[in-house]
Amino acid sequence: MTVSRTGERTRDVAAYALRLGDDALVLSQRLCAWVTNAPTIEEDLAISNIALDLLGHARTLLAYSGELDGTGRSDDDLAYGRTERQFRNALLVELDNGDFAVTIARQLVYAQYGLLLCTALAGAGDAGLAGFGARAAKELEYHRMHAAQWTVRLGRGTAESHRRMQAGLDRVWPYAGELFEADELVERLDADGTAVAPARLRADWEREVAGVLADAGLTVPAPSWHATGGRSGLHTEAFGPLLAEFQSVRRQYPGGNW
Amino acid sequence: MTTTDASGEEGFTEHFEALLAADERIEPRDWMPDGYRRMVLRQVAQHAHSEIIGMQPEGAWLTRAPSLHRKASLLAKVQDEAGHGLYLYSAAETLGVSRAELLDALHGGTQRYAATFNHPALTWADTGAIAWLTDGAAVVNQVPLCHTSYGPYARAMRRVCQEEAFHVRQGYDVLWSLCRGTPEQQEMAQDAVNRWWLPAVALMFGPPDTTAGGADDRTAAMGAAVSRRSMAWGIKRHTNDELRQRFVDNCVPQAERLGVTLPDPAIRWNEERGHYDFGPIDWRLFREALADNSQCARQRLAHRVAAHEDGAWVREAVDAYAAGRYEEGQSA
Ligand SMILES: [Fe+2]
Ligand SMILES: [Fe+2]
Ligand SMILES: [Fe+2]
Repeated sequence: MTVSRTGERTRDVAAYALRLGDDALVLSQRLCAWVTNAPTIEEDLAISNIALDLLGHARTLLAYSGELDGTGRSDDDLAYGRTERQFRNALLVELDNGDFAVTIARQLVYAQYGLLLCTALAGAGDAGLAGFGARAAKELEYHRMHAAQWTVRLGRGTAESHRRMQAGLDRVWPYAGELFEADELVERLDADGTAVAPARLRADWEREVAGVLADAGLTVPAPSWHATGGRSGLHTEAFGPLLAEFQSVRRQYPGGNW
Repeated sequence: MTTTDASGEEGFTEHFEALLAADERIEPRDWMPDGYRRMVLRQVAQHAHSEIIGMQPEGAWLTRAPSLHRKASLLAKVQDEAGHGLYLYSAAETLGVSRAELLDALHGGTQRYAATFNHPALTWADTGAIAWLTDGAAVVNQVPLCHTSYGPYARAMRRVCQEEAFHVRQGYDVLWSLCRGTPEQQEMAQDAVNRWWLPAVALMFGPPDTTAGGADDRTAAMGAAVSRRSMAWGIKRHTNDELRQRFVDNCVPQAERLGVTLPDPAIRWNEERGHYDFGPIDWRLFREALADNSQCARQRLAHRVAAHEDGAWVREAVDAYAAGRYEEGQSA
């Protein structure tokens, strides 16, 4: 990727890319646990395909972040060398998989957000983020379609699948808001068009998701509490075990060659 | 077709034999002897089940892959195996059984899968050893199967073969890195090769069908009878022991380049035969060892059954949605 700026702005872009990269990395890790456990072989295949796309997003973004933040860390350094408090992913993506409906609800929330964000990023002033956004949007379009189709099938399937799908939405809903949070970092980057403040996407996201839920005969969950903390490294208790598993082999063999 | 009179059957048999003699493919619409249908179905189903169960030992390492590059490669590989399972289930379905019936047969233990996968994948290096050795064995089996007599199976094999060859290189590459890493990594690689060598050699090629691999006369004769039938029908093209030899011949120089030792002191080049000799497989001992491993076998099947049962409500929802029953159900 092209490093187009220097100084503080460059470090801001690095921090921004790290957030998005961590989102993709952690969600990919969660989806990996579905492989061989999905309801059908077709879904084993679809979920591993989505996990692979997200892993690709994470690699691009983490490598970019490490390149810009002045430390020269690689994607692997960032993924395997940080501790819990140094990860910047939103809490949504680290939630336990739950049943298939919870996972689909999380996919719907994330993919719709990711699609809108990447589409907007494609026009961002930062060339690296713009290039990433244009490429990733195509894949997220498929992820969104996959999640939306399942939401409708489960919502309009059996009474049980309807109940589970609604419960899945209720479970993940309080974690959606964090994706759109504004803070000084995103506002600085948004102000001159370097990157996109996700808050701009919220109205479109709500309309799109509400449309899917209407097709599915499901209810948009009532606003209740709103989870937050991931962007400053304050995670859920589920995150420690996730990260320990993720990093275990590489940490067991210091100085290893992989 | 309901013709069962002797003359009609004879006409069909002639047509079937003529197709085989001309080395043409038998297609689902063609008449085929029951024995042929049963033998192809058994083999294709077993192959499909092996792809699906074979996802487990490697799939278990997806969340722990030690680099993002390796994680991506392993995800792609496991995804390929799911695809192979799907092609093969489709090929099996052309013989008149449904996917649901095939899965029930796997889950109920009436159809088998390659027992190789009943070995546990204990370390990261196992993902390399499995891909190098068991996928390597699979390629040796599958190259001739691209020309097997049953058309849908042959076509499935052609799609699968290239990907399997890629998996072999990927597994070799995992081991290559470990062998050039720290002493602990080298040890991990050697240990994995030690544990996966015999399962690949012994179990990926089926039972002995000659006395070449160290089988006693009676065991070899039993295997030979099955192989002869399968070869006469053009399903198999080579004996199990021929393919086993080909596999050993492939692996020995690769192991040398990697810098790992294959755990068989009898391996050495035989100038006269133009092949590597290898130690006789103690089939009786091996069967006993497998029984000891039945803990892992039970776990593989239980994992598969749990995924299937946990997903039952999802599949029911798909069926109900497709049938458009939901609204009726709600208003009733
Ligand atoms: Fe994809
Ligand atoms: Fe395969
Ligand atoms: Fe393979």
